[in-house]
Amino acid sequence: MRVMAQIAMVMNLDKCIGCHTCSVTCKQTWTNRAGVEYVWFNNVETRPGQGYPRRYEDQDRWRGGWELTRRGRLRPRSGGRLRRLASIFANPLLPGIRDYYEPWTYDYRTLTEAPAGDDFPVAAPRSLISGERMDTIPWSANWDDNLGGMPGHGPDDPVLARMSQKVRLEFEQSFMFYLPRICEHCLNPSCVAACPSGALYKREEDGIVLVDQDRCRGWRMCVTGCPYKKVYFNHRTGKAEKCTFCYPRVEAGLPTVCSETCVGRLRNLGVLLYDADRVREAAATPREQDLYEAQLSLFLDPHDPAVAGAAERAGIPLAWLDAARRSPVYDLIATHRVALPLHPEYRTMPMVWYVPPLSPVVESLTATGHDGEDEHNLFGAIASLRIPVAYLAELFSAGNTGPVDTALRRLAAMRAHRRRLNLGERPDASIAGSVGMSTEQLDDMYRLLALAKYEDRYVIPTAAVGDARALEESALGGCSLDFEGGPGMGGGHGSGPFGEASGRPAPATVETFHALRARATDDRPADTAGPGARVNLLNWDGNGRPDGLFPPRTGRDGDDADGDGDGDGDGRRR
Amino acid sequence: MAALTTFLWGALPYLAVALLISGTVWRYRYDRFGWTTRSSELYESRLLRIGSPLFHVGLLFVIAGHVVGLFVPQSWTDAVGLHESAYHALALALGVVAGVLTFGGLALLIWRRRTTGPVFLGTTRNDKVMYVFLVAALGTGLATTLINAFGATYNYRDTVSPWLRGLFRLVPDTGLMARVPTEYHVHVTVALLLFALLPFTRLVHAFTAPVAYLFRPYVVYRSRDDARRPGTARPRRGWEGTGP
Repeated sequence: MRVMAQIAMVMNLDKCIGCHTCSVTCKQTWTNRAGVEYVWFNNVETRPGQGYPRRYEDQDRWRGGWELTRRGRLRPRSGGRLRRLASIFANPLLPGIRDYYEPWTYDYRTLTEAPAGDDFPVAAPRSLISGERMDTIPWSANWDDNLGGMPGHGPDDPVLARMSQKVRLEFEQSFMFYLPRICEHCLNPSCVAACPSGALYKREEDGIVLVDQDRCRGWRMCVTGCPYKKVYFNHRTGKAEKCTFCYPRVEAGLPTVCSETCVGRLRNLGVLLYDADRVREAAATPREQDLYEAQLSLFLDPHDPAVAGAAERAGIPLAWLDAARRSPVYDLIATHRVALPLHPEYRTMPMVWYVPPLSPVVESLTATGHDGEDEHNLFGAIASLRIPVAYLAELFSAGNTGPVDTALRRLAAMRAHRRRLNLGERPDASIAGSVGMSTEQLDDMYRLLALAKYEDRYVIPTAAVGDARALEESALGGCSLDFEGGPGMGGGHGSGPFGEASGRPAPATVETFHALRARATDDRPADTAGPGARVNLLNWDGNGRPDGLFPPRTGRDGDDADGDGDGDGDGRRR
Repeated sequence: MAALTTFLWGALPYLAVALLISGTVWRYRYDRFGWTTRSSELYESRLLRIGSPLFHVGLLFVIAGHVVGLFVPQSWTDAVGLHESAYHALALALGVVAGVLTFGGLALLIWRRRTTGPVFLGTTRNDKVMYVFLVAALGTGLATTLINAFGATYNYRDTVSPWLRGLFRLVPDTGLMARVPTEYHVHVTVALLLFALLPFTRLVHAFTAPVAYLFRPYVVYRSRDDARRPGTARPRRGWEGTGP
C-alpha cells in the first residue's frame, strides 16, 4: 500500500443555478489573455446539451481516455506509444477551433468615435483568430445554455443519443440541470499518459495535474488524450494549458476561485487518501459499470489506524491526515455515498465528483400536484421517473442506475427527514433506515449539503505546514527564490569554483553543525565571524561580544557607548 | 579568391556549428518557454494533415540520405560490393523521391500559411526569415540532385564527403571544395547559414523530438519540491534517509 493524498472536489448539482459565476471568475483569473480566448478551465453546461467543446463526450470520434486491450491491459484510447509518435506530425484527433468556437471581440471604437447623426452606431464582431469581421456568431462556449436551440441541437447530446427516441423527447420536455465542469485531476490521467515530452505531471503531494510550461513542446497530444477536453492549446504561445486547481491558493489553504465565488455554495474541497499502488489495477476493471465501485475501493479510511500509520510512513504530514479525517469530500463520496464520478467509463479515475440533482424529480412531482417532499412520494417518483435516472446513470456510473438510485433516495430521505424536524414533528428513524442510513448520518449530510458552512465545505491543509521541516533548510539560506537558475541566479554567500556566488550556498543545517562544533571545541569565545560579518545568534554562546553582533556606532568612542554606565553597551542598567 | 575559399570551407563551417551549439545551449537556458512547435493545427487541419507528414517524413529521409552519403566513405560501400554507378543510381532515385516529397510538403505548408488568414496572422518575422533559408537550403539541395540526375553526373563522394569528414578531424581540405561545381557551393553555404540560424527559430523543436516517450511509464508523478531549494542537493544513492 502506497498512501497518497489528493485534494478533490465534490459539487452538489442540486444547488447549481447555472449563473456561470465560477466560469467568469475563473476566466478573469486564469485565461483573460491572448491565445486562450476560447479556453474555459471552468465551464457550466446545461444538460441535456452538447457540452464544451461540442460533443466532447463522443469518444468514438475523439478517442479520449483509456481502453482495455485484448489482454486486459490499459492503453490510451487514441493509441499506444508508437501510434502516438506516428501521428505527431498531424493529429487527426485534435478538435479544431470550430469545435470550440471562434472567439471574438467588438469594434468598440466605432461606437466611441461615431459622429453625431440619425443612425445608431453599431459595434461589429471581429474574430480574435483571423482578425476579420464576422457576419454571424454561430457558436460559443454556452450557446445551448438553458436548452437554447434544443429542437435543432437536441440530438447532438452524445449522452441522449445513446437513449431511445421516445425517452429523448420526454427528457427534453421535462428535465434540465446544470453541470459545472473543471479538470478532473484524475488518479489515472490520460492527458499525462499522452504527453510525449513528459511535461504534464501529477503532483505527489496533492494530486493536482499540471503542465510544465518550460517542458511543453506543443505536440498537442494531451488535448486528444483528455476525454473531458479540459486541456487546451494556447495558440499564441504554442503550449498546452489546463485548470491548475488554483494551486497557489490551495497551497495557502484557500479554496479555488471557482469554489470561493460559487454563489450556490455547492462546491466542497477536501483531502482524500488513496492507495496509489492499486490505481492501475482499478482502472483496468473489465466491466465499465464496476468502475465506480473500483474507484471507491481505492479510497482509504483516514480514521483507520493502519491507514494513518501507512500515511505517516509515506511522508504525508499530520496536518494533511487531520484534514483527511475532517474532509467533506470523503464524507460525501465514501461515507454517505451520495457523490458520483463523472464518466467513470473513461477509466481515468476522475477526482471531481457530483451529487446528482434531485430537484428535477421534486419539481415534476410538485407539478403533478403531489407533495414533493414526502418520502413515499419521492421514492416512488425516483422509481417511476426512469428517464432522468437513466440519463444521470449515463453520466455518473456508465449506465448503471444502481448508484444514482441510491444517491437520489438518500437525498430524498434527507429532505423528508429534515422537513419533519422543520414542521416540529418527531424524527422518524424509519426514513433513514429505508435508505440504509442512520438519522445522525442524515443530519450530517444536511450539515454538508444544506447548511454548507464555509469551514465545512473547504477543509484544505496548507502546503506550508507540511513543508515546515523542509523550510528549516531554506530559512537561513537566503531568499528561497535565490537558487541556481532562479532570481539572482544562485545564493549570494560563499564562493564556488567559478568565483563569487557560483555553486550552491551551504545549507543552514551544515552551517549550524560546523558552528556548533567550533563552539564546543574552541577555547576562545565563539567570535569567528570577523569584523563586518554577521553573527548567527543561534550559534552565539553568550561569551564576550563578537564584532559583528552590533552595527558599528557613529559618535563618541569608548566602551560605554550607550552611556548607561554599566559599560556593556546594551542600553540596560543593572 | 583563395581567402574566400578558406573562409567558406575552412572557417564558416566552424562558425556555423559554434553558433548552432552555443545558440542551442543559450536558448535552452534562457528561453525554454519559447521552445515549442507553435502548431497552427488548431486553425486549419485539412491541408496540414497532408503537408506536414509529407514534409517531416521526407525530411527524415533526406537527413538519412545525407548521413549515408557524407559519413560513409566510398571505400566502405565498394568493400561490400556496392559499385559506384549502382550506388549513384540508388542514391539519386531515393534522393529525388525524398527531395520532391519534402519540397512538395513544404510548398503546401507555405501556401497554407500564406492563404489561411489565422495561420498567416500567427506567423512572425522570425518565421518568415526561417522559411527563406529553409526553402533555399531544400531548393538548392533538390536542384543539385536533379542536375546530378539529369545533367552531368558528379561523384560528390570524392570531394564533398572527404572535406566534411576532414572538418570533424579539424583538418579541412579546402582545396577539395574549391573544385566542386557551383550548385554544391551554393547548397553547402546556404545549409551552413541555416544551421547557424536554427537555434533562434522555431526549428529547435526538432532537438526535443520525444524519443524518450517510448521508454517512460505512462503516468508521470512529480514532487512540488523538484525545483530545488538552496542547499538541498539530492542525497546520494543509499543515503536518502528514512523519514519524511
